[in-house]
Amino acid sequence: MADEQKDSQQPEKPAEPPKPAAPAGEARAAVPKPPPPPPGAKPAAPAAPPKPKGPQQEPWSSPLVDAIKEKFGGEFIKSYSFLGQNQIVVKKDRIAEIMTFLRDNDIVPLNYLVDETAVHWPKTEEFEIVYILYSHSKNERIRVKARIKEWEPIESVSGIWTTADWLEREVFDMFGVQYLNHPNLKRILLPEDWVGYPLRKDYNIRLQDVEWVRKHLGIDSGQKYYVGEARHEEDAGYVTPSD
Amino acid sequence: MGPQHPSTHGVLQVKLKLDGERVIDAECVIGYLHRGVEKLGEAQTYGQFVPTLDRMDYIAAVSNCLGYCEAIEKLLSVTAPPRAQCIRVIMTELNRITSHLLWLGTHAIDLGAVTVFLYCFREREEILKIFENYCGARLTTHMFRIGGTQYEIYDGFQDQVRVFVKDFPKKVDEYETLLTENRIWIGRTRGVGVISAKDAIDMGLTGPSLRGSGVEWDIRKAKPYAVYSDFEFDIPVGEQGDTYDRYMVRLEEMRQSARIISQAVEKIPDGPLMAKMSKIIKPPIGDIYHSIESPKGELGYYIVSDGSTQAYRARVRPPSFVNLQSLKRMVAGHMVADVVAIIGTLDIVLGEIDR
Repeated sequence: MADEQKDSQQPEKPAEPPKPAAPAGEARAAVPKPPPPPPGAKPAAPAAPPKPKGPQQEPWSSPLVDAIKEKFGGEFIKSYSFLGQNQIVVKKDRIAEIMTFLRDNDIVPLNYLVDETAVHWPKTEEFEIVYILYSHSKNERIRVKARIKEWEPIESVSGIWTTADWLEREVFDMFGVQYLNHPNLKRILLPEDWVGYPLRKDYNIRLQDVEWVRKHLGIDSGQKYYVGEARHEEDAGYVTPSD
Repeated sequence: MGPQHPSTHGVLQVKLKLDGERVIDAECVIGYLHRGVEKLGEAQTYGQFVPTLDRMDYIAAVSNCLGYCEAIEKLLSVTAPPRAQCIRVIMTELNRITSHLLWLGTHAIDLGAVTVFLYCFREREEILKIFENYCGARLTTHMFRIGGTQYEIYDGFQDQVRVFVKDFPKKVDEYETLLTENRIWIGRTRGVGVISAKDAIDMGLTGPSLRGSGVEWDIRKAKPYAVYSDFEFDIPVGEQGDTYDRYMVRLEEMRQSARIISQAVEKIPDGPLMAKMSKIIKPPIGDIYHSIESPKGELGYYIVSDGSTQAYRARVRPPSFVNLQSLKRMVAGHMVADVVAIIGTLDIVLGEIDR
């Protein structure tokens, strides 16, 4: 019931559930394993798996990637290119140093933070923080991704690019990611005393902080769900918190 | 400066710390128009999400549509046919003129020049008539589809656009005679809201506000999309980064948009309007970022797909949200009346900021 994120009246359900625990971009789960050999038969050379359809991640190397590997070898996980867009995956430790390096290096000075956002992967209880960076002088756009567990804080980059100030506030507002060293980490789009983090996958789209509505607007909004618990719409009547 | 204010261009609250009439600090409180568009992006299918996006930047709805459709087309590795792309360019540039006209009208009326407002809306009416003839809606148009455009251009479209584009530069000159050399206008906008190029890039400012500070950067030239690389146009750049420069940049951008349209309307190629693709849109697993130059700045879409018919994460990078951060830096030291000018010059639309 808590996983019922999709509306039950939806006409189209995906053919199979979304691939579990796959970081964004990994299409390798589509490759079937070769069938197990029947007992007693001699092991034949396994057939080569068929080429997976659709765009794949291509490995990407460049002088910038080499410089990062050299300086931050322990944090660097991989770099790849998907549909022509270059991405680097790093660990979240020392993210502020990595970002400072990316901004100040001479190879591709990424002086403009285009966007900072998060993606929730509930199966692994992780948030993937995505930074999209751009260099005006080299006209190059790079994406940097770092994964954190839901309860872990991450360093803020608002000291490096001031753009991150509000962008991180929004990530905090919508996902609940704690940023360390942020000058003003409070809710930006939702009211200050709202409870709940809407863009998480366990927050139903119809969910609403009914207590907030009751307190500030003085009405009973009639939403059947409330914070923390998603009840199925078909269940018996409206339940108030005092029940 | 509360959410209900005639000059805050929507429901924006600015908390000002004042010393007499001078502003020491400003803090923006936003979120009054938050509708959860990104959450809807995860619940609706890709095709269903497109009209929802129109409501974001409701002044220039065509750009939102274009950005998203192009992002999904990139993810699907599909290109819209040339005819559709040409129509898209024409509509997007008309949309840019619309947005800048509204900006000029409201900016001028905030500072007291009432006539400009009426003149701008007269021109805007012409464009909205074209939009209405094309797709049936004036404001929240749902013009493009993933893979191309839905509607064929109507008979008389090219003539109507040609007539508009022929007259338009003269109209822009008319606005210039009202404002550019006007002592009051110069007095109220020169030196107000200055931001240096370095600060602007650091704060993520994009669009005409960035070009007013001297940075010559336009996504239509840097990372061309649709068929912009086929047309000749210039990018106007300011020098000092104050309100007056941003005004001149936007005025010139309107002329350049008219130039693009006049080139595009002559060479609309023949062909189909939609690319060949399946009706049910199921992009491959992966993520994509695509941005376009909307009239307000860099409008970006970061879409994460998990292979199903709904997006896993549909993130919109709204230009006005990031631009509004610069308000704090621009406003320090000015007077309360200048705050109105600065909010106007940033060209924000709250629908986009709050989503």
